[in-house]
Amino acid sequence: MNTVKLSRRAFGKLAGAVIATLSLAPFSAFAQSGPDLPVDLRANRRLDGWIRIDVEGTVTIFTGKVELGQGILTALSQIAADELDVDFARVRMISADTAHSPNEGYTFGSQSVEQGGEALRTAAANARAVLLAAASRQFNVPQSDLRVENGVILLADGRRTTYANIVRDAPELLAREVTTGVTPKRPSEYKLVGKSVPRIDLSAKFTGGAAFVQDMRLPNMLFGRVVRPPRYGAKLVSVNEASVRQLPGVVTVVRNGNFLGVVAEREEQAINARRALMEATKWSTDYVTLPDVDHLQQALPRWRSEETVVNDAGQDTPASGIAMQLEATYSRPYLSHASIGPSCSVALLKDGHMTVWSHTQGAFPLRGNLATVLEMPASAVDVVHVPGSGCYGHNGADDAALDAALLAREVAGRPVKLQWMRDDEFAWAPISPAMVMRVKAALSKDGRISGWNYDVWSNSHAMRPGQPGGVNLLAAWQLAKPFQPSPPPRIPQPYGNGDRNAVPVYDLPRRRVTNHLLLDAPIRTSSLRTLGAYGNVFAIESFMDELALATQADPVAFRLAHLSDPRAIAVVREAANRSGWHPGEKGDGQLGRGFAYSRYKNFQAYVAVVVDVHVDRSTGVVSVTNVTAAIDVGRVINPDGVKNQIEGGIVQALSWALKERVMFSHTEITTRSWQDYSILNFDEIPPIDVVLLDRPDEASLGAGECSLGPTAAALANAVANASGARLRDLPFVPATVLERLV
Amino acid sequence: MSISITVNGKRHLLNVVADTPLLYVLRNDLQLNGPKFGCGEAQCGACTVMIDNDATRSCVFPVGAVGAAQVTTVEGIGKGEGLHALQKAFLAEQAAQCGYCSSGVLMTAKALLDRNPDPDRATIQRELAGHKCRCGAHNRIVRAIQRAAKESRG
Repeated sequence: MNTVKLSRRAFGKLAGAVIATLSLAPFSAFAQSGPDLPVDLRANRRLDGWIRIDVEGTVTIFTGKVELGQGILTALSQIAADELDVDFARVRMISADTAHSPNEGYTFGSQSVEQGGEALRTAAANARAVLLAAASRQFNVPQSDLRVENGVILLADGRRTTYANIVRDAPELLAREVTTGVTPKRPSEYKLVGKSVPRIDLSAKFTGGAAFVQDMRLPNMLFGRVVRPPRYGAKLVSVNEASVRQLPGVVTVVRNGNFLGVVAEREEQAINARRALMEATKWSTDYVTLPDVDHLQQALPRWRSEETVVNDAGQDTPASGIAMQLEATYSRPYLSHASIGPSCSVALLKDGHMTVWSHTQGAFPLRGNLATVLEMPASAVDVVHVPGSGCYGHNGADDAALDAALLAREVAGRPVKLQWMRDDEFAWAPISPAMVMRVKAALSKDGRISGWNYDVWSNSHAMRPGQPGGVNLLAAWQLAKPFQPSPPPRIPQPYGNGDRNAVPVYDLPRRRVTNHLLLDAPIRTSSLRTLGAYGNVFAIESFMDELALATQADPVAFRLAHLSDPRAIAVVREAANRSGWHPGEKGDGQLGRGFAYSRYKNFQAYVAVVVDVHVDRSTGVVSVTNVTAAIDVGRVINPDGVKNQIEGGIVQALSWALKERVMFSHTEITTRSWQDYSILNFDEIPPIDVVLLDRPDEASLGAGECSLGPTAAALANAVANASGARLRDLPFVPATVLERLV
Repeated sequence: MSISITVNGKRHLLNVVADTPLLYVLRNDLQLNGPKFGCGEAQCGACTVMIDNDATRSCVFPVGAVGAAQVTTVEGIGKGEGLHALQKAFLAEQAAQCGYCSSGVLMTAKALLDRNPDPDRATIQRELAGHKCRCGAHNRIVRAIQRAAKESRG
């Protein structure tokens, strides 16, 4: 089976081998700035780098964005088909591939519809205009006399041609730059955008089709596994390689510094050999001292940090008429991505060229780091995205890609499929950092917030491959000639790192927000869905509730009193109405409900959430009985897709908030299996009601991350409403709840 | 050593060690994608197949123990134009995000509906207790199973 075909065919509709009939100049040759072009187009201006149409009329869309289970390729197909006036079924998607696709950086931060979608819309509008201009010349009629139906260009007098005919006559037609002069369609003209088109990738996933990198099978493929040190800091002292090489099916043992792996003919042989290799290896007793997992709230603010005031206003006006001052400190623990499928990659070194199939979120940045570590020119390395299991951020995907390449390098000519075992993923993938959030506020006599002071302490939530100043790949740090990790980046507001959403979304004339970026990272950390926003929104929205209670105001009314953006007000009102919110309603000791609102990154989606809970006072178990959410993501591309993302975000946030924390001793991560890391079960999932406030004339906003922070805060507020206990330290496990319920 | 197993109605003669977990035989020798490696410890459910009538974790089930039993994977319940009611219902409800857990969940659901054609929400939730879904598609999955049950009953 052909390699490229296999990875593509996996997706049914995302089908077809890439037929590179046109030789593309390197994308970088077109990396000029174009002020009015969508950002993803500015570095990728070649129109045929985005869209190609073949003589059969099939439209192939190249995107640098990748499917992570969020349905992005379906949404992008809708946008392209709509703009081009072709049937959805005619569109094929080719996702991030360093040999073929535009470089759109990472698929992260709920930006794919906003940025990737906008770029694709502009490119598609360009393509349509170019095709119509060609038809206009051919028939010698003005373009205004032409209309398009499913790729057929129709004239008023009955004559017709097709996109396919036009590209047959002029195969180079789309080999040009995208320009700013073409106006995409008006939202009122959309036929597919705004519809709940079924996901293009799900059919394969329900029938055993090849849908994942884990499902790739190449001729002569070998299987790889790696052996990691028992803890951070441990060094490889000795290994009895010979004993492992004798095992059935073992092809080779790879050792390079502290990196250790094995390649075998069969998968179970590789797994058995890994086990044997662990027993045959002696590691030094070195370790990195890890903090006390039960006292992170006290520890983090004492760590070495870099302080930045990220938002400051009204400090020159003295606060007056202060009736009350409140202060509270909140925390959240280290969290695991806990992907269901451990990270996997297939790599092949052939004729001096390394091809790596990976579920990375950033094929191009990964390619750069792989080339550096492998000491190969970037042109000799390609990364092809093939989906993996849901990642929710920077899990082990990129690390597994390097592991696979390091093993494949030793068996040139034969592909190696490398998959991490469950304990590799839990103990060695990057982990989402713990955070401490402290907030102080002054309330005036009229019950308004007259001063706000906020501090957040966190390690970096962004330690991805491709960041400057180092290499962020696990094995790269283990090699005999090791690479250093990149330093933690300062990411400006409103994107933020640990300070994402640290700036309150309310009208607070006097405020100061300080980010304490922790510089020493005993635990390896990086991006998990929302970065710092989950912790910050949890803290801010919990505190808003505490302020409302202190002023004896209803939590919804108190928020509305500090909001002026009509779209914010609309989602708050909608969530309250939809859930049947009764102002001032008290919990009965066990049952209660809580409210929270936020706007993701202060400029993206608007979200209001109501959570209903039952608190079992004898066991400390918090059960969520219902969730209502009102969402404004601007123009909705695919309503069911957005709802799916919001529902998933709510479930994941409830799971984080009720159950999850990565555990470690003073020397090592002790969360190694699902027994050590509970997530929400099927019988713990509440009914979830999501209402979308569609705003077809507003720009589309990403939906993947916006719901998590508000959900955790609404949960905390519901527990307080139900039981009177204000829980400020996540997660709300029964033992913690019981302690607070006295 | 030669082992014979029947998978999706077809007999296969395999030259594998008897204690090889069934999962790797299904995925690598028989090239079936449905059962997935998730944990290798029977804790997540991604590898679930049916052995005769029982939903079984293939990652810890030795191929040598299959014997004369019938193994069924998601590939064996329906494909193409002939989808099983559960597969149709999962599509109708768009009951997944990443889909990595789907095949295993479908097999447990099949085993459930085969013996209980009308399970309520709580029963379905309880039955799926051994399956982990990280994307949060749980409610859609439960709805899809109820839909399939209803449509199968006619």
